[in-house]
Amino acid sequence: MAAKPKLAVHKFASCDGCQLAFLNLGEDLLMLTQLVDIVHFAEAGPVDLDAPVDIAFIEGSVSTPEHLERLQRIRANSKFLITIGACATAGGVQALRNFAKGNEWFASVYAKPEYIASLDTSTPVASHVKVDLELWGCPVNGRQVLAATRALLFGVSPVEEHDKVCLECKRHHVVCVLVAKGIPCLGPVTRTGCGALCPAFGRDCYGCYGPAENTNTESLGRRFEGLGLLPEAVVRRFLFINNAAPAFAEAGKRWKER
Amino acid sequence: MPGNYLPRASFQALLETLQQTGYRCVGPQLRDDAIVYDTLRHVGDLPRGIRDLQAPGQYRVEKSDCPRFFAWANGPQALKPLLFAPQEFLWKTERAADGRLRFVAAVPDAVPTAVIGVRACDLAALRLQDAHFLKDPSRDAHYAARRERLFLVAVHCTRSAPTCFCASTGDGPRAEAGFDLSLSELDDGFLVEAGSDTGRGVMARLPLEAASAGQTQTADAEIAQAAKQQTRKLPSRNLQAALFANLDHPRWVDVAERCLSCANCTSVCPTCFCHSEADQPTLDGAGSVHARQWDSCFTQGHSYIHGVTIRADTRLRYRQWLTHKLGSWHEQYGRSGCVGCGRCITWCPVGIDITEEATAICGDTTHV
Ligand code: SF4
Ligand code: SF4
Ligand code: SF4
Ligand code: SF4
Repeated sequence: MAAKPKLAVHKFASCDGCQLAFLNLGEDLLMLTQLVDIVHFAEAGPVDLDAPVDIAFIEGSVSTPEHLERLQRIRANSKFLITIGACATAGGVQALRNFAKGNEWFASVYAKPEYIASLDTSTPVASHVKVDLELWGCPVNGRQVLAATRALLFGVSPVEEHDKVCLECKRHHVVCVLVAKGIPCLGPVTRTGCGALCPAFGRDCYGCYGPAENTNTESLGRRFEGLGLLPEAVVRRFLFINNAAPAFAEAGKRWKER
Repeated sequence: MPGNYLPRASFQALLETLQQTGYRCVGPQLRDDAIVYDTLRHVGDLPRGIRDLQAPGQYRVEKSDCPRFFAWANGPQALKPLLFAPQEFLWKTERAADGRLRFVAAVPDAVPTAVIGVRACDLAALRLQDAHFLKDPSRDAHYAARRERLFLVAVHCTRSAPTCFCASTGDGPRAEAGFDLSLSELDDGFLVEAGSDTGRGVMARLPLEAASAGQTQTADAEIAQAAKQQTRKLPSRNLQAALFANLDHPRWVDVAERCLSCANCTSVCPTCFCHSEADQPTLDGAGSVHARQWDSCFTQGHSYIHGVTIRADTRLRYRQWLTHKLGSWHEQYGRSGCVGCGRCITWCPVGIDITEEATAICGDTTHV
């Protein structure tokens, strides 16, 4: 029997929530271990950082000098590289520091900031190396991780989901919270994947799956103003979990300048 | 002649008769700040005294002392999700022990269902969905199985929302046909009319009383009043020529600046039928399910043909929606695809109004 494809799960600057999407797979995780050899996944046990692999998943953003160097090694060792989650794909909520001035916050938090080796910015993996597939979400969901892995095992391209959360909302019989409650839902510019989780619980989407295709942040921002949000509140809607994703970063900038 | 008046206190008898006949009752109720259709067990589940306040991009409900169950116009959905399921499996494939593929059709889940509180516009939309899904040779087994087991209790509208314009499309507010039973709601009870043999059978088992001439007059006057309340209208019942003569109208650019391309309009529209299909493999790779889900002309995938997206921007997507719904439907189904329910106006997050856009693009053609 041919050797099983090798798989690695790497961590950069992140909360580990996306790795939990793997660990929470239950029986599917057992099935996955029959299909692939998980050679590196520190949170689950196996550690072999520099093993050559067929599929590498990366969680977390690039935030330290060590990250820069390790990322190059991982890319060189991986045939297919997939970012998982908002941090690896768009820089994460921690990319908010890109709007602040360098490392000046460190001095107010740490007694000896010179011991902290950190870059001025938090950036997505794709800013540094070629990424073959991006899975969004904070965190990603296990269904998408498994679907991508299954597609690669078949030797076909994984299907990208990029429609708006509103479609999932309607498919799940959720009453629109923007229309019925007047709260500033980001669903109309956010990509599907979560199954409209937040609106299903009566709250507004905050865009954790990142920008959908063909977004109209200008019109939605104007609608938020109509609901009573001040321009700075509109800025905060866009500059949150995926603040460095181009469509949201550009929207935040536009509303800041009003 | 037996009466046709059902006192409000006896409404539960209608539900019980239907339940005893083997139907699951589905009807309007207040959930998450809107009127939604769900399983109805008891008359107490109905939205007694609830009114809807609709405007472009806005839906609110208010409670009143009014004893009526149907004093609202409509909610985000009615019949469409009950027949054309938002997500379902059509078939699955399995690999048999000898290595061959086996295709297994999914058995449509079709519980006999009685829907209480169907509006005239919903019935008009149902006729269009029937024309689409039941047409041979591509009759849809899933839709058909549910359609055959459907019992419809219509309620004539006595209160239009400001977004309603069924009078201008000729689809309401009185339910003229296509129901098993229809109800006119008065403060103290209902006038019942049967529209089918099954309906007559159910009606014969209800504790009906004689209606007075005054009751019938009041009921008719209230329906006429609901029609008069409507202020919106489309410029004409057939806009096909006008729309296709205006494919480069600047208004398409203008509406695209406001439109979110979010597909809420098509999802709530009771006549829209677009869907996508995809195979979902099991993790072990030994089988797959073939799934269908609601899609929309506002998604990228809708116009994707191997390597090319034909309608990449919102101008083309909105134009597709309007020219199909109000234009080429005439060729496909012999009438416009709009029944004037106003849902796409209310449930559009930015309040884009189909009557306003159509009027701006087609001009104020004389109403047919
Ligand atoms: S609740 Fe949000 S995601 Fe859902 S339909 Fe409304 S705007 Fe879209
Ligand atoms: S509704 Fe929005 S914020 Fe909530 S889980 Fe989904 S994408 Fe994330
Ligand atoms: S186009 Fe709008 S008003 Fe017309 S039937 Fe569809 S949702 Fe109702
Ligand atoms: S018209 Fe409104 S509901 Fe329809 S896609 Fe555009 S913004 Fe969404």
